[in-house]
Amino acid sequence: MPGFLEQYLALVIFAALSAVIAIALLVAPFLLAYKSPDTEKLSAYECGFEAFDDARMKFDIRFYLVSLLFIIFDLEVAFLFPWAVAFHDVGWLGFWSMMVFLGVLTIGFVYEWKKGALEWD
Amino acid sequence: MTAAVAFFYLFSMIMLASAFMVIAARNPVHSVLFLILAFVNAAGLFMLAGAEFLGMILIVVYVGAVAVLFLFVVMMLDVDFAEMKRGFLQVLPIGAIIGGIVAIELILVVGSWTVAPAGSAPVGSPITPGVTNTVALGRVLYTQYIYLFQAAGLVLLTAMVGAIVLTLRHKVVKRQVIAEQNARTQASVVEIKKVPFRAGV
Repeated sequence: MPGFLEQYLALVIFAALSAVIAIALLVAPFLLAYKSPDTEKLSAYECGFEAFDDARMKFDIRFYLVSLLFIIFDLEVAFLFPWAVAFHDVGWLGFWSMMVFLGVLTIGFVYEWKKGALEWD
Repeated sequence: MTAAVAFFYLFSMIMLASAFMVIAARNPVHSVLFLILAFVNAAGLFMLAGAEFLGMILIVVYVGAVAVLFLFVVMMLDVDFAEMKRGFLQVLPIGAIIGGIVAIELILVVGSWTVAPAGSAPVGSPITPGVTNTVALGRVLYTQYIYLFQAAGLVLLTAMVGAIVLTLRHKVVKRQVIAEQNARTQASVVEIKKVPFRAGV
Protein backbone atom coordinates (compact mmCIF):
# COMPACT_ATOMS: atom_id res chain seq x y z
CA MET A 1 0.00 0.00 0.00
CA PRO A 2 1.48 3.34 -1.00
CA GLY A 3 2.35 5.54 1.93
CA PHE A 4 0.28 8.53 0.93
CA LEU A 5 -2.95 6.57 1.22
CA GLU A 6 -2.56 6.42 4.98
CA GLN A 7 -3.23 10.15 5.06
CA TYR A 8 -6.72 9.44 3.83
CA LEU A 9 -7.65 7.50 6.95
CA ALA A 10 -9.40 10.54 8.41
CA LEU A 11 -11.44 10.86 5.21
CA VAL A 12 -12.44 7.20 5.39
CA ILE A 13 -13.54 7.59 9.01
CA PHE A 14 -15.46 10.73 8.10
CA ALA A 15 -17.22 9.02 5.17
CA ALA A 16 -18.00 5.92 7.22
CA LEU A 17 -19.40 7.98 10.08
CA SER A 18 -21.59 10.07 7.78
CA ALA A 19 -22.80 6.90 6.06
CA VAL A 20 -23.72 5.41 9.43
CA ILE A 21 -25.62 8.53 10.45
CA ALA A 22 -27.42 8.76 7.10
CA ILE A 23 -28.43 5.10 7.12
CA ALA A 24 -29.54 5.33 10.75
CA LEU A 25 -31.73 8.33 9.93
CA LEU A 26 -33.20 6.45 6.96
CA VAL A 27 -33.84 3.22 8.81
CA ALA A 28 -35.06 4.59 12.12
CA PRO A 29 -38.38 5.96 10.79
CA PHE A 30 -39.10 2.59 9.18
CA LEU A 31 -38.77 0.87 12.53
CA LEU A 32 -40.11 3.48 14.92
CA ALA A 33 -42.56 5.79 13.21
CA TYR A 34 -46.32 5.29 13.17
CA LYS A 35 -47.43 4.35 9.66
CA SER A 36 -50.78 4.73 7.94
CA PRO A 37 -50.11 4.75 4.20
CA ASP A 38 -52.58 6.33 1.81
CA THR A 39 -52.32 6.97 -1.92
CA GLU A 40 -53.61 10.51 -1.42
CA LYS A 41 -50.59 11.30 0.71
CA LEU A 42 -48.33 10.66 -2.28
CA SER A 43 -50.47 12.43 -4.88
CA ALA A 44 -49.47 15.77 -6.35
CA TYR A 45 -50.83 18.62 -4.30
CA GLU A 46 -51.15 22.13 -5.61
CA CYS A 47 -52.75 24.49 -3.10
CA GLY A 48 -55.91 22.47 -2.68
CA PHE A 49 -56.72 21.59 -6.29
CA GLU A 50 -55.54 18.87 -8.60
CA ALA A 51 -52.31 19.67 -10.47
CA PHE A 52 -53.05 21.24 -13.87
CA ASP A 53 -50.16 19.65 -15.73
CA ASP A 54 -47.01 17.66 -15.34
CA ALA A 55 -44.27 19.00 -13.11
CA ARG A 56 -41.80 18.33 -15.93
CA MET A 57 -41.75 21.43 -18.07
CA LYS A 58 -39.39 23.36 -20.29
CA PHE A 59 -36.58 24.74 -18.23
CA ASP A 60 -35.22 28.19 -18.95
CA ILE A 61 -32.02 27.96 -20.98
CA ARG A 62 -30.47 30.76 -18.93
CA PHE A 63 -29.91 28.33 -16.06
CA TYR A 64 -27.88 26.28 -18.50
CA LEU A 65 -25.80 29.30 -19.49
CA VAL A 66 -25.02 30.10 -15.86
CA SER A 67 -23.99 26.51 -15.23
CA LEU A 68 -21.82 26.42 -18.38
CA LEU A 69 -20.03 29.62 -17.40
CA PHE A 70 -19.54 28.20 -13.92
CA ILE A 71 -17.85 25.08 -15.34
CA ILE A 72 -15.41 27.20 -17.33
CA PHE A 73 -14.32 29.21 -14.30
CA ASP A 74 -14.24 26.03 -12.24
CA LEU A 75 -11.71 24.62 -14.70
CA GLU A 76 -9.73 27.84 -14.54
CA VAL A 77 -9.49 27.43 -10.77
CA ALA A 78 -8.53 23.77 -11.24
CA PHE A 79 -5.54 24.96 -13.27
CA LEU A 80 -4.56 27.35 -10.48
CA PHE A 81 -4.07 24.61 -7.86
CA PRO A 82 -0.91 22.92 -9.25
CA TRP A 83 0.46 26.34 -10.17
CA ALA A 84 0.06 27.59 -6.61
CA VAL A 85 1.61 24.44 -5.13
CA ALA A 86 4.58 24.42 -7.50
CA PHE A 87 4.94 28.20 -7.53
CA HIS A 88 8.55 28.21 -6.28
CA ASP A 89 9.65 25.71 -8.93
CA VAL A 90 8.12 27.11 -12.10
CA GLY A 91 9.96 30.43 -12.15
CA TRP A 92 9.08 33.48 -14.22
CA LEU A 93 8.11 31.45 -17.27
CA GLY A 94 5.50 29.57 -15.26
CA PHE A 95 4.31 32.82 -13.67
CA TRP A 96 3.83 34.61 -16.99
CA SER A 97 2.35 31.56 -18.64
CA MET A 98 -0.34 31.55 -15.96
CA MET A 99 -0.81 35.31 -16.31
CA VAL A 100 -1.39 34.92 -20.06
CA PHE A 101 -3.83 32.08 -19.38
CA LEU A 102 -5.72 34.23 -16.89
CA GLY A 103 -5.61 37.15 -19.32
CA VAL A 104 -7.20 35.09 -22.09
CA LEU A 105 -9.96 34.02 -19.73
CA THR A 106 -10.37 37.60 -18.52
CA ILE A 107 -11.03 38.61 -22.13
CA GLY A 108 -13.83 36.06 -22.12
CA PHE A 109 -15.07 37.37 -18.79
CA VAL A 110 -15.17 40.96 -20.06
CA TYR A 111 -17.05 39.78 -23.16
CA GLU A 112 -19.52 37.94 -20.96
CA TRP A 113 -19.99 40.95 -18.70
CA LYS A 114 -20.46 43.41 -21.56
CA LYS A 115 -22.80 41.06 -23.38
CA GLY A 116 -25.01 40.89 -20.30
CA ALA A 117 -24.74 37.14 -19.79
CA LEU A 118 -24.48 37.68 -16.05
CA GLU A 119 -27.70 39.73 -15.95
CA TRP A 120 -30.95 37.89 -15.57
CA ASP A 121 -33.15 40.16 -17.71
CA MET B 1 -5.76 -8.63 1.35
CA THR B 2 -4.58 -5.15 2.18
CA ALA B 3 -6.84 -2.21 2.83
CA ALA B 4 -6.03 -0.68 -0.57
CA VAL B 5 -7.21 -3.81 -2.38
CA ALA B 6 -10.37 -3.92 -0.26
CA PHE B 7 -11.10 -0.30 -1.10
CA PHE B 8 -10.38 -0.94 -4.78
CA TYR B 9 -13.02 -3.67 -4.85
CA LEU B 10 -15.46 -1.56 -2.85
CA PHE B 11 -15.11 1.46 -5.14
CA SER B 12 -15.21 -0.52 -8.35
CA MET B 13 -18.22 -2.55 -7.28
CA ILE B 14 -20.19 0.54 -6.32
CA MET B 15 -19.09 2.27 -9.51
CA LEU B 16 -20.16 -0.59 -11.77
CA ALA B 17 -23.47 -0.96 -9.97
CA SER B 18 -24.23 2.75 -10.18
CA ALA B 19 -23.12 2.87 -13.82
CA PHE B 20 -25.62 0.12 -14.53
CA MET B 21 -28.30 2.03 -12.63
CA VAL B 22 -27.59 5.13 -14.75
CA ILE B 23 -28.99 3.32 -17.78
CA ALA B 24 -31.52 1.25 -15.85
CA ALA B 25 -33.21 3.91 -13.72
CA ARG B 26 -36.66 4.96 -14.88
CA ASN B 27 -36.40 8.52 -13.70
CA PRO B 28 -33.66 10.44 -15.55
CA VAL B 29 -32.99 12.58 -12.47
CA HIS B 30 -32.19 9.38 -10.57
CA SER B 31 -29.86 8.47 -13.44
CA VAL B 32 -27.94 11.69 -12.91
CA LEU B 33 -27.71 11.03 -9.17
CA PHE B 34 -26.32 7.55 -9.87
CA LEU B 35 -23.88 9.17 -12.29
CA ILE B 36 -22.67 11.40 -9.45
CA LEU B 37 -22.15 8.29 -7.30
CA ALA B 38 -20.15 6.73 -10.14
CA PHE B 39 -18.02 9.90 -10.39
CA VAL B 40 -17.29 9.87 -6.66
CA ASN B 41 -16.21 6.23 -6.78
CA ALA B 42 -14.08 6.89 -9.84
CA ALA B 43 -12.36 9.63 -7.85
CA GLY B 44 -11.67 7.06 -5.13
CA LEU B 45 -10.16 4.72 -7.73
CA PHE B 46 -7.94 7.52 -9.06
CA MET B 47 -6.68 8.16 -5.54
CA LEU B 48 -5.90 4.48 -5.07
CA ALA B 49 -3.97 4.54 -8.33
CA GLY B 50 -1.90 7.45 -7.01
CA ALA B 51 -3.48 10.17 -9.15
CA GLU B 52 -4.59 12.31 -6.23
CA PHE B 53 -4.93 15.53 -8.18
CA LEU B 54 -7.04 13.87 -10.84
CA GLY B 55 -9.31 12.41 -8.17
CA MET B 56 -9.81 15.78 -6.51
CA ILE B 57 -10.47 17.46 -9.87
CA LEU B 58 -13.00 14.76 -10.67
CA ILE B 59 -14.86 15.71 -7.49
CA VAL B 60 -14.57 19.46 -8.03
CA VAL B 61 -15.31 19.62 -11.75
CA TYR B 62 -17.42 16.58 -12.52
CA VAL B 63 -19.42 16.22 -9.33
CA GLY B 64 -19.55 19.95 -8.65
CA ALA B 65 -20.23 21.31 -12.11
CA VAL B 66 -20.77 18.77 -14.87
CA ALA B 67 -23.36 16.82 -12.88
CA VAL B 68 -25.30 20.05 -12.34
CA LEU B 69 -25.12 20.66 -16.08
CA PHE B 70 -26.48 17.17 -16.74
CA LEU B 71 -29.30 17.80 -14.28
CA PHE B 72 -30.18 21.00 -16.12
CA VAL B 73 -30.12 19.19 -19.46
CA VAL B 74 -32.38 16.47 -18.11
CA MET B 75 -34.76 19.07 -16.74
CA MET B 76 -34.64 21.11 -19.93
CA LEU B 77 -35.62 18.20 -22.15
CA ASP B 78 -39.38 18.25 -22.18
CA VAL B 79 -39.68 14.53 -22.79
CA ASP B 80 -42.50 12.27 -21.73
CA PHE B 81 -40.54 9.21 -20.71
CA ALA B 82 -43.56 6.92 -20.46
CA GLU B 83 -44.34 7.84 -24.08
CA MET B 84 -40.76 7.12 -25.08
CA LYS B 85 -40.71 3.71 -23.42
CA ARG B 86 -43.83 2.67 -25.35
CA GLY B 87 -42.04 2.37 -28.69
CA PHE B 88 -39.28 0.38 -27.06
CA LEU B 89 -40.29 -3.01 -28.48
CA GLN B 90 -40.49 -1.79 -32.09
CA VAL B 91 -36.92 -0.51 -32.13
CA LEU B 92 -35.57 -3.41 -30.09
CA PRO B 93 -34.53 -5.59 -33.12
CA ILE B 94 -32.62 -2.72 -34.76
CA GLY B 95 -30.98 -1.89 -31.48
CA ALA B 96 -30.04 -5.52 -30.95
CA ILE B 97 -28.47 -5.74 -34.44
CA ILE B 98 -26.42 -2.56 -33.93
CA GLY B 99 -25.42 -3.68 -30.45
CA GLY B 100 -24.34 -7.05 -31.84
CA ILE B 101 -22.21 -5.40 -34.54
CA VAL B 102 -20.52 -3.17 -31.96
CA ALA B 103 -19.95 -6.18 -29.68
CA ILE B 104 -18.31 -8.17 -32.53
CA GLU B 105 -16.08 -5.21 -33.37
CA LEU B 106 -15.08 -4.84 -29.73
CA ILE B 107 -14.26 -8.54 -29.49
CA LEU B 108 -12.16 -8.32 -32.66
CA VAL B 109 -10.31 -5.28 -31.37
CA VAL B 110 -9.68 -6.63 -27.89
CA GLY B 111 -8.81 -10.09 -29.19
CA SER B 112 -6.08 -8.83 -31.50
CA TRP B 113 -4.76 -6.23 -29.07
CA THR B 114 -1.32 -6.77 -27.63
CA VAL B 115 0.63 -4.57 -25.27
CA ALA B 116 3.85 -3.28 -26.77
CA PRO B 117 6.85 -4.34 -24.66
CA ALA B 118 8.10 -0.78 -24.29
CA GLY B 119 4.61 0.60 -23.76
CA SER B 120 4.52 -0.03 -20.05
CA ALA B 121 7.57 2.16 -19.44
CA PRO B 122 6.55 5.58 -18.11
CA VAL B 123 6.30 8.11 -20.89
CA GLY B 124 7.33 11.73 -20.56
CA SER B 125 8.21 13.02 -17.14
CA PRO B 126 9.29 10.39 -14.65
CA ILE B 127 7.82 10.58 -11.17
CA THR B 128 10.32 11.57 -8.53
CA PRO B 129 9.69 9.97 -5.14
CA GLY B 130 8.75 12.24 -2.27
CA VAL B 131 6.97 14.72 -4.51
CA THR B 132 3.21 14.95 -4.35
CA ASN B 133 1.10 14.50 -7.41
CA THR B 134 -0.01 18.10 -7.66
CA VAL B 135 3.52 19.51 -7.36
CA ALA B 136 4.81 17.11 -10.01
CA LEU B 137 2.05 18.22 -12.34
CA GLY B 138 2.59 21.89 -11.59
CA ARG B 139 6.32 21.67 -12.33
CA VAL B 140 5.79 20.58 -15.92
CA LEU B 141 2.37 21.92 -16.88
CA TYR B 142 3.22 25.63 -16.97
CA THR B 143 6.75 25.46 -18.36
CA GLN B 144 7.40 22.29 -20.33
CA TYR B 145 3.85 22.04 -21.72
CA ILE B 146 3.25 25.79 -21.97
CA TYR B 147 1.79 25.65 -25.49
CA LEU B 148 -0.73 22.99 -24.54
CA PHE B 149 -1.60 24.98 -21.44
CA GLN B 150 -2.22 28.15 -23.46
CA ALA B 151 -4.23 26.10 -25.96
CA ALA B 152 -6.38 24.92 -23.04
CA GLY B 153 -6.98 28.56 -22.14
CA LEU B 154 -8.05 29.33 -25.71
CA VAL B 155 -10.36 26.31 -25.72
CA LEU B 156 -11.98 27.59 -22.55
CA LEU B 157 -12.36 31.05 -24.12
CA THR B 158 -13.99 29.50 -27.17
CA ALA B 159 -16.34 27.51 -24.98
CA MET B 160 -17.30 30.66 -23.07
CA VAL B 161 -17.96 32.71 -26.20
CA GLY B 162 -19.79 29.78 -27.81
CA ALA B 163 -22.05 29.29 -24.81
CA ILE B 164 -22.97 32.97 -24.78
CA VAL B 165 -23.54 33.18 -28.53
CA LEU B 166 -25.69 30.05 -28.59
CA THR B 167 -27.84 30.58 -25.53
CA LEU B 168 -28.08 34.32 -24.89
CA ARG B 169 -31.40 35.43 -26.28
CA HIS B 170 -32.33 38.73 -24.72
CA LYS B 171 -31.33 41.74 -26.78
CA VAL B 172 -32.00 44.57 -24.34
CA VAL B 173 -30.16 44.07 -21.09
CA LYS B 174 -31.73 45.58 -17.99
CA ARG B 175 -28.88 46.46 -15.72
CA GLN B 176 -29.14 47.41 -12.10
CA VAL B 177 -27.36 50.71 -11.44
CA ILE B 178 -26.91 50.91 -7.71
CA ALA B 179 -25.72 54.54 -7.71
CA GLU B 180 -28.80 55.65 -9.60
CA GLN B 181 -31.03 53.74 -7.21
CA ASN B 182 -29.40 55.26 -4.17
CA ALA B 183 -29.52 58.77 -5.67
CA ARG B 184 -33.31 58.70 -5.85
CA THR B 185 -34.95 61.04 -3.40
CA GLN B 186 -38.55 61.45 -2.42
CA ALA B 187 -38.71 64.75 -4.27
CA SER B 188 -37.64 63.21 -7.58
CA VAL B 189 -40.05 60.29 -7.62
CA VAL B 190 -43.14 61.21 -5.56
CA GLU B 191 -45.56 63.77 -6.90
CA ILE B 192 -48.48 65.04 -4.86
CA LYS B 193 -51.52 66.10 -6.85
CA LYS B 194 -54.44 68.11 -5.62
CA VAL B 195 -57.60 66.31 -6.64
CA PRO B 196 -60.75 68.46 -6.73
CA PHE B 197 -63.61 67.17 -4.62
CA ARG B 198 -66.10 64.94 -6.55
CA ALA B 199 -64.23 65.51 -9.83
CA GLY B 200 -61.76 62.66 -9.95
CA VAL B 201 -58.34 62.77 -11.41
